[in-house]
Amino acid sequence: MAINRLASALRTLGVLTGSLAANSAFAGWGELNMTRGVTPISQQQYDLHMIVFWICVAIGIVVFGAIIYSVINHRRSQGAEAAQFHENTTVEVLWTVVPIVILVAVAIPATSTLLSLEDTSDADMTVQITGYQWKWKYDYLGEDLSFFSNLSQESRDGIKADPYAVENYLLDVDKPLVLPVKKKVRFVMTSADVIHAWWVPELGVKQDTIPGFINDSWAYIEEPGVYRGQCAELCGKDHGFMPIVVIAKTEPEYNQWVADQKAAAAAAAASADREWSKQELMAKGEEVYNSACASCHQANGQGIPGVFPGMVGSSYTTGPVEDHIDIVVNGKPGTAMQAFGEQLTAAEVAAVVTYERNAWGIDTGDVIQPTAIAANK
Amino acid sequence: MSTVATAHADEHHGAPKGITRWLFSTNHKDIGTMYLWFAFTMFLIGGAMAMVIRAELFAPGLQVVDPQFFNMMTTMHGLIMVFGAIMPAFVGLANWMIPMMIGAPDMALPRMNNWSFWILPVAGTMLVSTMFMEGGGPAFGWTFYAPLSTTFAPASTDFFIFSIHLLGFSSIMGAINVIVTILNMRAPGMNLMKMPMFVWTWLITAFLLIAVMPVLAGAVTMMLTDRHFGTSFFDAAGGGDPVMFQHIFWFFGHPEVYIMILPAFGIISHIIPTFSRKPLFGYSSMVYATASIAFLSFIVWAHHMFTVGMPVAGELYFMYATIMIAVPTGVKVFNWVATMWKGSLSFEIPMLWALAFVILFTIGGFSGLMLGVAPVDTQYHDTYFVVAHFHYVLVTGALFSIIAGVYFWLPKWTGHMYNLKLATFHFWWSVIWVNVLFFPQHFIGLAGMPRRIPDYATQFADWNMISSIGGFAFGLGQLLFLYIVVSTIRGGEKASTEVWDGSDGLEWTVPSPAPFHTFATAPEVR
Amino acid sequence: MTTNPSDLARKNLRTVRKLALVGVAMFGFGFLLVPLYDVFCDITGLNGKTGRLEAAEASGVGIDKERTVTVEFIANVRDEMGWDFRPQVASMEVHPGALMTTSFVAMNNQPHGVTGHAVPSVAPGRASRYFNKTECFCFSEQHLAAGESKDMPVKFIVDRDLPRDVKRLTLSYTFFSSGDEPG
Repeated sequence: MAINRLASALRTLGVLTGSLAANSAFAGWGELNMTRGVTPISQQQYDLHMIVFWICVAIGIVVFGAIIYSVINHRRSQGAEAAQFHENTTVEVLWTVVPIVILVAVAIPATSTLLSLEDTSDADMTVQITGYQWKWKYDYLGEDLSFFSNLSQESRDGIKADPYAVENYLLDVDKPLVLPVKKKVRFVMTSADVIHAWWVPELGVKQDTIPGFINDSWAYIEEPGVYRGQCAELCGKDHGFMPIVVIAKTEPEYNQWVADQKAAAAAAAASADREWSKQELMAKGEEVYNSACASCHQANGQGIPGVFPGMVGSSYTTGPVEDHIDIVVNGKPGTAMQAFGEQLTAAEVAAVVTYERNAWGIDTGDVIQPTAIAANK
Repeated sequence: MSTVATAHADEHHGAPKGITRWLFSTNHKDIGTMYLWFAFTMFLIGGAMAMVIRAELFAPGLQVVDPQFFNMMTTMHGLIMVFGAIMPAFVGLANWMIPMMIGAPDMALPRMNNWSFWILPVAGTMLVSTMFMEGGGPAFGWTFYAPLSTTFAPASTDFFIFSIHLLGFSSIMGAINVIVTILNMRAPGMNLMKMPMFVWTWLITAFLLIAVMPVLAGAVTMMLTDRHFGTSFFDAAGGGDPVMFQHIFWFFGHPEVYIMILPAFGIISHIIPTFSRKPLFGYSSMVYATASIAFLSFIVWAHHMFTVGMPVAGELYFMYATIMIAVPTGVKVFNWVATMWKGSLSFEIPMLWALAFVILFTIGGFSGLMLGVAPVDTQYHDTYFVVAHFHYVLVTGALFSIIAGVYFWLPKWTGHMYNLKLATFHFWWSVIWVNVLFFPQHFIGLAGMPRRIPDYATQFADWNMISSIGGFAFGLGQLLFLYIVVSTIRGGEKASTEVWDGSDGLEWTVPSPAPFHTFATAPEVR
Repeated sequence: MTTNPSDLARKNLRTVRKLALVGVAMFGFGFLLVPLYDVFCDITGLNGKTGRLEAAEASGVGIDKERTVTVEFIANVRDEMGWDFRPQVASMEVHPGALMTTSFVAMNNQPHGVTGHAVPSVAPGRASRYFNKTECFCFSEQHLAAGESKDMPVKFIVDRDLPRDVKRLTLSYTFFSSGDEPG
């Protein structure tokens, strides 16, 4: 372990020196500056950002130039005699008025960008985004299509191993949000627990999700592509581990995707009716556990003492099966334990409960079938 | 009311001996010293937490701490640096310098002064101790947004709330003391418009403190009742609103950031004229600019909340009001530059720090202006760009001014000149590494890295590593500062009464080191 | 200035009193911000807090047949409630000024009774002050026995003065638990 860490540190150091020397990783301006993005809003934001930036540079040249001139030419060691003036109405008025003029000049384009940023009217479709600790839920309003989006398993595995081995480390999810291009998509946002913020830089959208209330925002994506973002409001332990991935598709591709999703949902519902083998349930259960449970209860089932209880030694994993299913499906009020009934299918609940009752040496031997959950749910 | 004793004009003996000298001290110089040592201690603790943060962010992946602990580190680092280091350090400087600058024998309320100090270590200890409680300490950011800090917070949050109450009490008492001293204890002939700038900026700061610390106390009280007494100020379930917490917090929080920078303006306005051998340019415009910054600070709070979904009219208003602050702030910077213009400059240690302050604080001001532009703030908000911004303002701004002030007044306090070689090294070391530390954070913020995350995507890795290296080096350099100060207290070249050849003001007319009691009889001002 | 120490002490005490009063007043002001904030929300529609009309007031408003507005309904429920909660229809076309009726369906999946109340919110925020309800399940607490399912009606009017560029608005209800009943 220690050796691994050292190796990874050395490797990163190597990257650093390599990049300093060969200028490989510091690839150009793009990584130093804001993205231009792919929506009209993000492009306006970028332009405004650059305008204000260059104004600051210009003012900086004047002010710092004056300081440097003074430091070079008005130094005592050069024999400078101090003048004794201590006011001058003309310059004082000037350096009050000129900044005001500059600020007004900035405020005009800023106002117009802000107005269009906030204009959610005339949208073609609406997607509801709900923030959860620590994942996102997307509901396509009027489409009967909804799903959760978690950090991808590859990224989760990379946290304690080698992040560089994972493509799009911490910026990849299991189920991305898919949107059509050249449509005005309106987002309606809320939260199921604490405040989160849904941010995709290339879309120019960052909006807080607030429990109990809804906010709206919008994006008009001009080009198909994959756009990645992250939660931008501190929301507890795994704030850094709830990325957002938006895939923008052309309209026919998008429609095909919607149809596929609906078919898959129907298939999943059907699979709940058949008998599953223990092996199948354990394999599925481990997968579900790692994506839905492990961030709190830990992959080794030990939890975090004082914060999140472990699976091992818990009365739930060895006690009555009904209580175990109940806490998974309905959560435990007043604690961080969420209700997973809505997030997981019956098969997934059955699998994860089976897994939790047979992994880490618990070995109760219980096998729970999806049909039992469907009856309970 | 016994706390309102007059200054002990009849006492001409020296300092009392032993622990009671400090425990029961009513002497403004001793209390000032204690404030400064407390601040430095907290600075080292908060700094150690910053080192943990930078160590975890040195490379992608989790190597040093787990995410919950990381969140606790960022939270405690912020709270400790704001309430434990920067604010007490300025109060310490105020205690030392204000009576000497206005020709008063002591602070107006010496016993209350003792209380305001001794509450601090109690509150600080309580705050730090939450980290060792079950479930850990506060991990919801120094801005403690509800409901993460109410419904979803660890049990130790109650201790956090109580320590904020205590810190608030201490600050309010300290502020009352400063105002009473300045208003009632000035030497004959020193009218308001003859007061030194540090005194002016502190007078305005003290009014800000009295205005907003009680609002913070109100906010944490509401948190407490929400947590335990069934109210729902911030809980939508009971008809409350979590966004209201942010409004109340930032109504305190924005003036609070000016509380941490106005005294800095004062210090710089002493140092630059001294080493330019030229009077401060635009004294009265400096006073008006300070007052208008203080006023504006009350009406711009929601620029911290451009993404909560405010009505457009609100966003427009807060954007306009915010960018207006650039005007009085600009006036100050221009005044400092004009003070140097055609002066006779020399670059003693305090002047070096003051110059670094002017340049680097201005960079922080530029990024502040950019952040004020609401539609673009959508992209900047809660990223490392913001982290870079407020560290330029608070580290190279507030902290640099405190260090400059210490180097400026240390010979007066101790009677010794510090080791100039080491101090010069300390300056260059700090000023280089602080930029290595914070400048790249602009880039990673613009490139899309959110703040307050323990781990990040690999494209942010290079700049994070550079930033961490800068952080370790900058942190290490501050231990040198500790050594320089301690060795100056112990000995060194004798300092003269004036200390600096361009020095101007009552504080430079008393001997070095400043005797235990100064100005028992008030001096006559011009 | 003052030379007599006791005069100075008295003067200091006066100043301290005034300043302490300011401090206390500002503590009160912190709490005053709460009702002020509500007023502010009412005026600006911040957070989409919606209006409520008496049925009598509602009848007087004429119908604007010239335009239609799409009203979308979304239903959220806090996990710990163990309820299913959804709108009967996903959206409606509405003439401003017309009194409309829709309903939501809630079902309690818990083996015991649960009481909850719904918090409404409208987006975009500036439209919320034009969204008025004459009858709503959110006006009072709702109780569902174990396994019970209930239809929850809402009667609402979109105000004729709704800005013309708002063509689509979203009404959200979030159900919060008011407390469990022993099973």
